Amino acid sequence: MHVNLTLVIQMAVFAVLIWFTMKFVWPMILGPMQERERRIAQGLAAAGKGEEELERARASAESILREARERAGVIVEQAQRGATEILDHARSAATQEGQRLVAAAHEQIEFDAARAKEQLRQQVGAIAVAAAAKLLEREIDARAHEALLSEFAAQL
Amino acid sequence: MAAAKPQIGGYILEHLTFLTNKPQTSLVNFTVIDYDTVFFSVLLAVLFAGSFYWVARRASGSVNSAPRGFQSFVEMIVEWVDSQVRDVYHGTNRLIAPLALTIFCWVYLFNFMDLVPVDLLPDLAKTVGLAHLKVVPSTDLNGVFGLSLTVFLLTIFYSIKVKGPLGFLGELTLHPFSSKNKLVQALFVPVNFVLESVTLLARPVSLALRLFGNIFAGEMIFVLLALLTLEHSYAGLASLSGWGLMFLQALLTFVWGVFHLLIITIQAFIFMVLTIVYLAMAHEHH
Repeated sequence: MHVNLTLVIQMAVFAVLIWFTMKFVWPMILGPMQERERRIAQGLAAAGKGEEELERARASAESILREARERAGVIVEQAQRGATEILDHARSAATQEGQRLVAAAHEQIEFDAARAKEQLRQQVGAIAVAAAAKLLEREIDARAHEALLSEFAAQL
Repeated sequence: MAAAKPQIGGYILEHLTFLTNKPQTSLVNFTVIDYDTVFFSVLLAVLFAGSFYWVARRASGSVNSAPRGFQSFVEMIVEWVDSQVRDVYHGTNRLIAPLALTIFCWVYLFNFMDLVPVDLLPDLAKTVGLAHLKVVPSTDLNGVFGLSLTVFLLTIFYSIKVKGPLGFLGELTLHPFSSKNKLVQALFVPVNFVLESVTLLARPVSLALRLFGNIFAGEMIFVLLALLTLEHSYAGLASLSGWGLMFLQALLTFVWGVFHLLIITIQAFIFMVLTIVYLAMAHEHH
């Protein structure tokens, strides 16, 4: 139990230690801690915001996808309808064309047949005239008897 | 047994004697120095300041990385001290929190020296020729009063700074008894002054003696437990009772050490909290 110079030294050491802690230790530990705390809070807030944004983006992507799918469906349906239409159109056009061709062919045939008949008739007429001329042994005046001959030919 | 008594007394006395430049005979003598207290105080101060400064250097450069190991530990202490200060003091004084941290860590380290086996360092000191060594600065009155008086001076300083010299004097003389009547008030002034002075002066004394008493008693228990095997020394190991005593001493020392671990922490904590409270009171206006 005694008091001596140690007391004064102790107080001086203590004062220096307080000064050192106040100057170099406390602010340099607490400052960065608070800064880190702030950054962590910021990071968490940013993460929350990012998550929210992601959710929103996902929702919008889904709606865009749905819309696109719907539109694609519509387009496919339209295309199918168009294809059917074109096919029907082509089929009917082809049928018509066929019918037209058949009709034209019939016409041609009829025409050819008529012409052949005509030629045949003329030739038969000519042969008949030639035969008659031979029979009569005289030249028939073709011009004079043309009306008669063509009438005859028409009868064939 | 009678022959052993001087040995026991000498052993205890040895553990109560400081390493001084000369023997101190009077209660107060400012030409005497306790070398051991000064040495261990400064050593522990350097340990505290050095390790915390090391962390501070690392902390300021690593805001973006997570703290690890010792840095986490130090940051935990700093944050805890900060919350303790915030609970009591709401002002802007930038001294109180670092002061509280310094006190808690330094006093804790003082007290922790108590857990070093009582004879280890004194016996080592004897091998280099030092007759005495007291390793726990908080069992030196100078050590504890050095802290409490510094806190006391800071309290007075901030009281005067915040409230002005007249405000401080008023605080000492106008409470707890006051009256509207000027004459009665004048009569109350000396009474108040005596009461308030005692209150004021009791603070550093109680602050220092509470810590001193607890740690001194703890050290004393360790010393007394060491007495169990003192008489027999190594010769005691030849008998069963010698082994029994040694085992008993080891067990009791361990149990007391665990309990003392709690005491040294609580005492450091109390010293810190009271310091915060006293300084917070110095900033309060009545």
